[in-house]
Amino acid sequence: MASVVLSEPEKLYIVHGVQEDLRVDGRGCEDYRCAEVETDVVSNTSGSARVKLGHTDILVGVKAEMGTPKLEKPDEGYLEFFVDCSANATPEFEGRGGEELGTEIANTLYRVFSSENSVDLKSLCINPREHCWVLYVDVLLLECGGNLFDAISIAVKAALFNTRIPKVRVLEDEEGSKEIELSDDPYDCIRLNVDDVPCIVTLSKIGYRHVVDATLQEEACSLASLLISVTSKGALTSMKKVGKGSLDPESIFEMMETGKRVGKSLHIALQKILDEEESLGTSRQKVGFLG
Amino acid sequence: MAAISMRLPVARKAVGPSASRGAEKHLVAPGDTITTDTGYMRGHGTYIDEEKLIASVAGAVERVNKLVCVKALKTRYNGEVGDIVVGRVTEVQQKRWKVETNSRLDSVLLLSSMNLPGGELRRRSAEDELAMRDYLQEGDLISAEVQSVFSDGALSLHTRSLKYGKLGQGVLVQVSPSLVKRQKTHFHDLPCGVSVILGNNGFIWIYPTPEQKDEEAGGFTTNLEPVSLSDREVISRLRNCIVALVTQKLMLFDTSILYCYEASLPHQIKDILQPEVMEEIVLETRQRLLDLEG
Repeated sequence: MASVVLSEPEKLYIVHGVQEDLRVDGRGCEDYRCAEVETDVVSNTSGSARVKLGHTDILVGVKAEMGTPKLEKPDEGYLEFFVDCSANATPEFEGRGGEELGTEIANTLYRVFSSENSVDLKSLCINPREHCWVLYVDVLLLECGGNLFDAISIAVKAALFNTRIPKVRVLEDEEGSKEIELSDDPYDCIRLNVDDVPCIVTLSKIGYRHVVDATLQEEACSLASLLISVTSKGALTSMKKVGKGSLDPESIFEMMETGKRVGKSLHIALQKILDEEESLGTSRQKVGFLG
Repeated sequence: MAAISMRLPVARKAVGPSASRGAEKHLVAPGDTITTDTGYMRGHGTYIDEEKLIASVAGAVERVNKLVCVKALKTRYNGEVGDIVVGRVTEVQQKRWKVETNSRLDSVLLLSSMNLPGGELRRRSAEDELAMRDYLQEGDLISAEVQSVFSDGALSLHTRSLKYGKLGQGVLVQVSPSLVKRQKTHFHDLPCGVSVILGNNGFIWIYPTPEQKDEEAGGFTTNLEPVSLSDREVISRLRNCIVALVTQKLMLFDTSILYCYEASLPHQIKDILQPEVMEEIVLETRQRLLDLEG
């Protein structure tokens, strides 16, 4: 993970600041940095989103392809995650340097989406046991500015909201062989219901308090963090502790409560911006990467 | 209470040229022809190809009599003798420290260029060499002056005055070196109770003003007491103001930072980084600076 080296007095300054609820950039312990969200930035995907949270820049593309359902779940489709840490973010990611971080993030995403109610997988089924939609979610890290997991989960939710899967019809032949027909109208598609898609909230323990949305400098001062995934209704779907320090059960409980509260506000803010973008329709001016 | 603000991205609009500039700046990109007149001497950032003077970096052309050079706008720090820099120690080697100063090569701080505690003047011994790590470790921040430039371009720093040395508690902001204006002094004590060091290499250090000037400290004893909340607020506000000025590409010097700070007072500290508030504050700062000049 990209990290900065800090001197001892600098770390002390940050820790004391967090104790008094005044971080280096003036935020409180539960404030996020200003986020920019844009969907439909990549034209050859079924859905895409780009999220900029401070100096963290994430691009997510979702491609819907036809595949065979898994043996244990014959009437459901599934999601596949792949995370690419581009060397654009930091020189440490050159070559195979970013693989470890990429697999860690991908495994966390699998865990977060492992709950049955996150995405309605039954709607992705075309023919039980034979055909289903597989959603390949590709995450690209363009810049690392702290708090990767939160930004990635926001971008994944926005991309899934933006995904348009073409409608297919199954035609039965006289011999019994099935044919799949794609509709002619390119705008005839099904959308996913993302109401229950969880978002990850990272709570970093600094000193005696915990902060949300830590920058790279704050991550260097924190010994332990808790990653929790929260749905819009405030339900926890998964929890993971990272870092070499320890957390005692009291603080874990407090962090969970903070995470649920912050997670709910995060979902409300994200849904509002996605609805606003949707309502602009074709008149929206796409900014993309050269704006 | 959690505050989360999300927004849709807005295309950046080009800020028009400010009216105060006398002559239009001649901006060039790498490969642009500057002049075909052979009477000029070529300076930094240019090369001669088929009797034409061509720019090799992106920046503004500067002409001094017969010398033509191109000053790049976004570049690594090119040190000159006498510059004040703020750097971070990356390595501790035999008889010297390697310091990162945002230049092409790490700068060097020789043990003999470092002032000993108490202001002693003596030859450095083997014990001093072994005790190097007690003075400066990896990750420590120092303020220093450029003593000389090696033939390969690396800078040799020195901390031979009591005002230089290891830095204590504070906040570091990293900006592009071309945005720091060259002035007589780079150590400023602002009236709001906070001091700032504007390093020529783009590292800006903001710290609370020490109450009394320690004579023998020389930068070795770091004050580890917690900084008061009021000082913290001023430091955070100043840091956000500097980030705002840098985003809008305004030159950084003590007056511009102070005006920006005063313009930001009606807003909350965390709101300063929102794009609309940033534009408003910087516009007001620019206006006041123009009034000051004209």
